[in-house]
Amino acid sequence: MDQPTLDKLPRGWKSVPSDLNSDQTTFKGVNWGKAMMWIFLLSDTFIFSCFLISYMKGRASAVEEWPNPSQVFALEVGGFPVPLLLIAIMTFVLITSSGTMALAVKYGYEKNKKLCGYLILATALGGLTFVGMQAFEWSKLIHEGVRPWENPFGAKQFGSFFFMITGFHGTHVSIGVIFLFIFARKVLKGDFDTGKRGYFTSMKSDYVAIEILGLYWHFVDLVWVFIFAFFYLW
Amino acid sequence: MNQAKKEETPTHKIGIYLWIWGLLFVLSFFSYMVDWFQFQGLLRWTLILIFMFLKAGLIMMFFMHLFWERYTLVNVLLWPMTAIACFVGLMVAEGKYTFFTRLFYFVVGS
Repeated sequence: MDQPTLDKLPRGWKSVPSDLNSDQTTFKGVNWGKAMMWIFLLSDTFIFSCFLISYMKGRASAVEEWPNPSQVFALEVGGFPVPLLLIAIMTFVLITSSGTMALAVKYGYEKNKKLCGYLILATALGGLTFVGMQAFEWSKLIHEGVRPWENPFGAKQFGSFFFMITGFHGTHVSIGVIFLFIFARKVLKGDFDTGKRGYFTSMKSDYVAIEILGLYWHFVDLVWVFIFAFFYLW
Repeated sequence: MNQAKKEETPTHKIGIYLWIWGLLFVLSFFSYMVDWFQFQGLLRWTLILIFMFLKAGLIMMFFMHLFWERYTLVNVLLWPMTAIACFVGLMVAEGKYTFFTRLFYFVVGS
């Protein structure tokens, strides 16, 4: 949409009341798809917050001792237990994929089809690695007898919060990986250069879609930052 | 349609992204070190929170472009976080109360 008056609108803090009281669109100059993705991410933030807050409340009111995540999530390397090793690697993998996604957005806007497409592919592979390691972690804990209703390490609530929170986050990563592969294919096919109409929406393809996809992916990384801090480190 | 204005999509220098990327790695490494050196108590919680908020801030500001986004959108996104902060405060109090009542009735009996 054409926004010929964007330069004439107030900038900085003064833009907030004038935008909110204006006609037609509130977020001047912001692509509507991007605004909608942000609104969705805001609602998702509330869902994840509710999970983490219920975890906080459950842990604060548990009478039995809470399992020590540093020991529960340790991996044996050469006979020595290294605390949180897998979780640390997962964190670095997710940050790496977030970085490649940020670069993909940049090169998308610069209409560098090849680099953008391959960077999205790299992001998708990072996401797949993450989900794979999470599956490994889940099966390891299940083998050790961790269940949503009991575990051998301490407070019974531990398992239900663990499976719920990391499971919901892993679902987000998996959905993201699917969309990353779809968009990598679209980019490399050149749909965004020709403005080919989309399969579902029949809207013209535009590289802004890569930024919207990027917002989702960075959000998944953002949530992991909080899960890593509160669930694994606290 | 004003073509010149339509093409005006901001792309940023690659240096910014690489810097933020590097900082995120360093901060993640630091937060892992918090566990590695087994800091405990108040020091541990403060360090975890500092590194967490720094990482979250960097991701949102630069990777998610909030730093360059229109103020109205930024405000609409960030003010609801105060509701979450209130909720956390309420549940801290509730958690302590539940813990106290559990201990009390486990000892005294119902």
